[in-house]
Amino acid sequence: MKEYIPKIREIARKLLEEEKVDAVLGFRKGTIPMMNEPFMARSASDVDLLYWDSNCGINLANYLHKRKEKIAVVAKGCDTRNIVNHIVENQVKRDQLYIIGIPCRGMIDRRQILAMFEGREIEEVDEDAENVIIKGDGLSETIPRVEVLQENCSICIHHNPVIYDEMVDEPVEEPDHVDRYDDIKAIEEMDPEERYQYFRDIFSPCIRCYACRNSCPLCYCPTCFVDESRPQWVGKSIDITDVMTFHFLRAFHCAGRCTDCGSCERACPVGIPMRLLTKKLEKDIRELYGYEAGMSLDERPPLDTYRPDDPEFFIK
Amino acid sequence: MKDWEPKIVAFLCNWCSYGAADLAGVSRFQYPPYIRVIRIPCTGRLNPKFVLAAFRHGADGVWISGCHPGDCHYLEGNYYARRRFALLKSLLEYMGIEPERIHFSWVSSAEAGKFVEVVSEVTETVKKVGPLKYFMKKRPEVE
Repeated sequence: MKEYIPKIREIARKLLEEEKVDAVLGFRKGTIPMMNEPFMARSASDVDLLYWDSNCGINLANYLHKRKEKIAVVAKGCDTRNIVNHIVENQVKRDQLYIIGIPCRGMIDRRQILAMFEGREIEEVDEDAENVIIKGDGLSETIPRVEVLQENCSICIHHNPVIYDEMVDEPVEEPDHVDRYDDIKAIEEMDPEERYQYFRDIFSPCIRCYACRNSCPLCYCPTCFVDESRPQWVGKSIDITDVMTFHFLRAFHCAGRCTDCGSCERACPVGIPMRLLTKKLEKDIRELYGYEAGMSLDERPPLDTYRPDDPEFFIK
Repeated sequence: MKDWEPKIVAFLCNWCSYGAADLAGVSRFQYPPYIRVIRIPCTGRLNPKFVLAAFRHGADGVWISGCHPGDCHYLEGNYYARRRFALLKSLLEYMGIEPERIHFSWVSSAEAGKFVEVVSEVTETVKKVGPLKYFMKKRPEVE
């Protein structure tokens, strides 16, 4: 996706020079391979630092809430859905934003590549349209990019921005017949005991660093439920009950809002697949209320509205 | 284990189910004595973290009851709650809580009979599934 860079810079330069925006939020190249960092270009001289490739997985919507200035943001499909969320939840105004839409072909999974070459130092990672090229000391490998996509990107059905002011390129083709809920269905088949053991094993490495919360564009409460102390609803230890309670509530707070951007999993230092919970809620909401998060500015989030005939098969 | 009695936390809406509990008492109805009632202003006030906190403190079952749809004292609190409850129940079960431990009902303040029925049913199912196995926090063992 490096071919987008000149166009991103061109748009950013024009916006900053004409003073249409106060800043352009995008990415710049990170100091180590596969780690690009968010970057705010505030003047035309910063523009040449803006960068784009398949390592821009951080969700930039996370940097937009409660901003006062007019701001342009380089946004891929999931970012724009989170921006829609923000606008619907009054965290930012539409007319404050200039959205530079990226037709996204999916982000690559850094962890997977590191695991492939365990023990060998990767010095440079390059890419073309189909492949990822990994270079290092005595190392030069070409891997098809579809094999190293982030899991959420490989099942993504909204690669293209849902709102934008300008696109950097033609929209990419959206895949059809993607089964997003394979893994969820497999877990639903288990009996309660198995399910508990399964999740206990998944969550036991958690160190409660809250990186998943901090990287999540949905998490902007002034006081997070994990920081409440009077009363303290959620235990703060790494006891498995406390850890599972934390992950339960974190996922629940994202119900009907999560766009499956994968920020949480990407940020997790111990590699917990917490999307298993958010995706379950996404599936339930789709089945019960026919809603998909962040697709329209005119729809209220599903837990902020109701229909008198909502399903109540589980209520006596 | 023979003497085990279930602990059931009942979150009752002030305007309906709490009134039904009161009416059941005034009417001298008999029902199983295992529920601990917590009065909430409306089912819409019920935060999912209350339910998890109940389990964490060792409740074997949780029962949430409020006004029938359309009868909410605050007009629409229970409609919002209903959506939340569907997801709450689903996610709890998904993470390994047995479906027998979490119950919801609509009981109006005139339905003392239904109140007794639901208490009996909830108690029965929780008794059958036995003491809570997970999601309670064990106290540290002290020598």
